Amino acid sequence: MNYAFDFGWLLDYWPVLVKGIAVTLELTLVGGVLGVSLGVACAWARALGPGWLRPVVAAYVELIRNTPFLIQLFFIFFGLPALGVRMGELEAANLAMVINLGAYGCEIVRAGIQATPKGQFEAGASLGMSRIQTFWYVVLIPALQRIWPALSSQIVIVMLGSAAVSQIAAEDLTFAANFIQSRTFRAFETYFVATLIYLALAIALRQGLRGLGWTLFPKRTAR
Amino acid sequence: MSEFTTWDIVRNLLLAARWTILLSIVSFIGGGLVGAALLFARIGKRRLGQIFVKTYVELFQGTPLLMQLFLAFFGLGLFGIDVPAWLAAGLALILWSAAFLTEIWRGCVEAIARGQWEASSSLGMGYIQQMRHVILPQALRIAVPPTVGFSVQVVKGTALTSIIGFVELSKAGTVVTNATFEPFKVYGLVALIYFCLCWPLSKSSQILERKLNVAHRNH
Amino acid sequence: MSLIEITEVKKRFGNNEVLKGINIDVAPGEVIAVIGKSGSGKSTLLRCINGLETIDEGSISVAGAQLLPDELHLKALRLKVGMIFQGFNLFPHLTAGRNVMLSQMVVKKTPKAEAEAMARRQLERVGLAHKFDAYPDQLSGGQQQRVAIARALAMQPIALLCDEITSALDPELVSEVLAVVKELAGEGMTLMMVTHEMRFARDVCSRVVFMHQGRVHEIGPPEEVFASPKTPELQQFLGVTH
Repeated sequence: MNYAFDFGWLLDYWPVLVKGIAVTLELTLVGGVLGVSLGVACAWARALGPGWLRPVVAAYVELIRNTPFLIQLFFIFFGLPALGVRMGELEAANLAMVINLGAYGCEIVRAGIQATPKGQFEAGASLGMSRIQTFWYVVLIPALQRIWPALSSQIVIVMLGSAAVSQIAAEDLTFAANFIQSRTFRAFETYFVATLIYLALAIALRQGLRGLGWTLFPKRTAR
Repeated sequence: MSEFTTWDIVRNLLLAARWTILLSIVSFIGGGLVGAALLFARIGKRRLGQIFVKTYVELFQGTPLLMQLFLAFFGLGLFGIDVPAWLAAGLALILWSAAFLTEIWRGCVEAIARGQWEASSSLGMGYIQQMRHVILPQALRIAVPPTVGFSVQVVKGTALTSIIGFVELSKAGTVVTNATFEPFKVYGLVALIYFCLCWPLSKSSQILERKLNVAHRNH
Repeated sequence: MSLIEITEVKKRFGNNEVLKGINIDVAPGEVIAVIGKSGSGKSTLLRCINGLETIDEGSISVAGAQLLPDELHLKALRLKVGMIFQGFNLFPHLTAGRNVMLSQMVVKKTPKAEAEAMARRQLERVGLAHKFDAYPDQLSGGQQQRVAIARALAMQPIALLCDEITSALDPELVSEVLAVVKELAGEGMTLMMVTHEMRFARDVCSRVVFMHQGRVHEIGPPEEVFASPKTPELQQFLGVTH
């Protein structure tokens, strides 16, 4: 192997990387917030929603969890315009991430809800709360607290998976790396740096979510 | 467009799906072998081995699979050889699967109650004997459902290898779309084929899990 | 000569000293009951004798085998003392018979036929010969604990350590396990047991050790210890438990 590693291009191209990082973060933020919301709504629908809604949500969850994110992305961006639904790369990327996280989030939150002791529902009912009030005040918060670590991991997975949105030309970090390597012909070094940035983002995101968990669920009794 | 019937599309996609299946199997088995080796280093007594595997897992779980594919592809290229896409794809997926399988299996080993270690210790068994006769047989049993579940991630992960030019189901989808200009239909069919590959695996993982839980409750 | 020699044993968990210099000598054939409040260090002491916990100071030896923290010495020691746990700890993936056979075969390299014969004898001894092929989850708690005893006996130890072996059992199952222990005592087995069964301690044991805050607070034959406790701590303890 006679190869001289060269990272000199970083001097010229770091603004491109920064812009890519910003897009990746924005995608993750929007995808995370909306995706978790969708997940909670779906979990409610599956656990306590009206009878007709349950199989619909179940089908959505199974469909998403058993197909690759890349294909979901292609279907939304290239396929949906056939139905007259057109959107930009970023909107398509965001939508795909929300739909993807929504399905996984649904299963995770549902597991948390199912672990709720039956007495909690009964206690809520006995205090005269409606089903929705019981769900919101009594069931959901402890359930979210219970599954927060799993949900956090899933958000990190979605962030890492977002590298695929470069394939519909959404200008995220991977897109930036592709662009830089096409100019510098330093493919290995470019992807190496991009990979390290992703690693740092993943670690930071995990810590951030842990901190968010502490803020959202301040010291209630463990579990 | 008129020269492509739906059957033509399906046939082409199914032919390409063979490569998805083959790559999935190779990655899963290869990942399992590497993962098992890593597992023994991770749960072994040597500090260095533990640190190595921890770092390995952190690196592969903390970075996008797509980046790992790029690095394998261009990294192997540094050795001056013309790297076929299948080689880079197989290598990256094996290493990636190994990281996840090691973590899954470590969880299973650690789920075995401490009393099992203590009882076998008090009977005079050494570490390897405990592992071989007491811990692993139990860990293996509870490892089956999540391991089968992970195989779904492997199948889906192979879709990304289309980006480094390996011609499998996703790549075929793109190629056929470019020829037919029917992305809605083609990607819909691609998704359907993936679903047919993955759903039975997901479902059997769930069923196995439920069976295991029932068996546990009988204690 | 004593069989188990415990000399000036100290054990710390972090800053918390749980054993503050324990001295006990156990003669062959003795049955020792260790009593005391939870947190008094009685379980820790038992676990130290079997090498499940390391000790910080002092020494422990069983029939000449020293407690040293390397695998070879530990194995030698553990071949001399068996241990029964509160939670049974049977291997759930093996039948009762296999549970009793396993360690004979892998630790002592006993041939399978011999190990099986031994397993049948020991299960017979605890009254469970007919459960040879049953899995642990098909047995009651009392039966599981008796299998655990048979498993320890099959290694032909010189002494048995019993760590609250009836505490996890439903009340109606306690007596069947105690009956087995009583029989062992009658056959001359050296036993050291942490227990809450005061009546059993009084009837069967040759000496009672009362532990309090990491020390041996009182020690003596049961009739003395139970009938005329010297220290206020023991008086209070017996008052509470009676």
